[in-house]
Amino acid sequence: MSNESSHQSSIPVRTRQMSDYLNPTVRDIKPSGIRRFFDLVSTRKDVITLGVGEPDFITPWHVREAAVMSLERGKTQYTSNAGMIELREAICNYLHSSFHVEYNAEKEVMVTIGGSEAIDLALRALISPGDEVLVPEPCYISYSPITTISGGVAVGIETFAKDNFKLTEEALRKVITPRSKILILCYPSNPTGGIMTYEDWLPIAKVVEENDLIVISDEIYAELTYGSKHVSFAAMPGMRERTILVSGFAKAFAMTGWRLGYACGHPDIIAAMLKIHQYTVMCAPTMAQYAALEALTNGMEEKDRMVESYNQRRRLVVQGFHDIGLECHEPQGAFYAFPSIKSTGLTSEEFAQRLLEEANVAAVPGDAFGLGGEGHLRCSYATSVANLTEAIERIGQFVYKLKQG
Amino acid sequence: MTGISDFQLKVLALLQEDARLKPEVLATMLGATVEEVKGAIEAMEQNHVIVKYATIVNWSKMHDEKVTALIEVQITPERGRGFDRIAESIYLYPEVKSLYLMSGAYDLQVEIEGDSLKQVASFVSNKLSTIEAVLSTKTYFILKKYKQDGIIFEENESDHRMMVSP
Repeated sequence: MSNESSHQSSIPVRTRQMSDYLNPTVRDIKPSGIRRFFDLVSTRKDVITLGVGEPDFITPWHVREAAVMSLERGKTQYTSNAGMIELREAICNYLHSSFHVEYNAEKEVMVTIGGSEAIDLALRALISPGDEVLVPEPCYISYSPITTISGGVAVGIETFAKDNFKLTEEALRKVITPRSKILILCYPSNPTGGIMTYEDWLPIAKVVEENDLIVISDEIYAELTYGSKHVSFAAMPGMRERTILVSGFAKAFAMTGWRLGYACGHPDIIAAMLKIHQYTVMCAPTMAQYAALEALTNGMEEKDRMVESYNQRRRLVVQGFHDIGLECHEPQGAFYAFPSIKSTGLTSEEFAQRLLEEANVAAVPGDAFGLGGEGHLRCSYATSVANLTEAIERIGQFVYKLKQG
Repeated sequence: MTGISDFQLKVLALLQEDARLKPEVLATMLGATVEEVKGAIEAMEQNHVIVKYATIVNWSKMHDEKVTALIEVQITPERGRGFDRIAESIYLYPEVKSLYLMSGAYDLQVEIEGDSLKQVASFVSNKLSTIEAVLSTKTYFILKKYKQDGIIFEENESDHRMMVSP
């Protein structure tokens, strides 16, 4: 006992707060607005949520079974850093047949832990301190923080509902400086549901070429387009060399929890990304790779069925917003509607919070997604028809009451 | 197969999931007019592609539980009419929930629903077995229903997703 107390008294007094040990860049990054809203929603019961950014389908059984089989056969070891060659070949075949872009499975493809890791790797591999990274917004929440962590400077480009949230040539040109290096694209878009067609891409490709930019194209929602087929930026003339194509299995095959994605691009860039990947995670989980291989090999029919179902619910929710008097552009991809709530006079944050408290419906305030998001609400329609119908009804009553004053 | 269109198939797939969806909702979901949806439904009702709008009941939730049995029946087919007339004389009993002509070791599979074990046993011995063409029956009582018509009865299908995610 006496030993212990003398030992205790010999501990030097710590003069720094624990937070003083933190890297200031990391410390100063704000937690995402989604996280804040999640905490609020978690305190409530019987909420209908339109806040979920993932499919409402369970991974198709044959895909789950492929993973179970791989475990039964004892496939529990590391794979090569870049992922199983069979899977990389399947990815190449898929990208070629679906989006007309060709990659070499040996040198130009790597399997990652979700599309998220691929984005992180690409940014870390490319950014030198002070490089500017151009990000059309509203957009998925991680591009800017990862840019900052990697020593870059994120520069938002505001996009607008009147343009269906497409990136325009003028808006892009306006933000370009001599430090501009990377353009991040995410179409079909989370949160807006906006897409880019071949004609929309042409002027963007021209600006990219003229300014010698490199592009990270996050095409995780590529399979979820309605009416027109997705056009990969990497498939645009001259853009393959300049583009790191990032995608994954989560959204198309309802495989969010498996954490499996991939990146394709120039061999030099993939090699650099692979170096970071090798030192940080070795390889993506083996059983998830077997599941992904099964999804690409035999999962297309099931995928088409899911896409058709999203499309039906998309029409329902867009019509629903029109019926209750909320302006909503037509989302043509992903599974989000992004109605404007400006007519209510509330901010996104106020609207979302009061909607939750007064109508028990959760949806994510648009300002969480950066420039241009304020005044909008992200509503995921990846939920049952019954939930959607009830949610629209409740939002309608809530908006009606607001407008009555 | 009646000439059924792609559009009718889509309507049918949605109704199979939820027969109570209104034509207005179906029309919005399918990007069609209400008239088109109503037309498709009427056509399928008329040619008996849509037979009936029924409710799938989980009787085990009720206190007065029903007893269901599957009965394998071997019969002697009749000259000229095969199995059909005998099948008719079986399926006309209201206790018979479903009846299938089978390939393999027996001929007809009869699904019987009754209020008690005794009632089902009495149906088999007094009604089914006494039909002249019936050679033999084997009765199997259903102990528990896990899935019926593609619907899983267990209540573990809740949404496991987080309420809000990026």
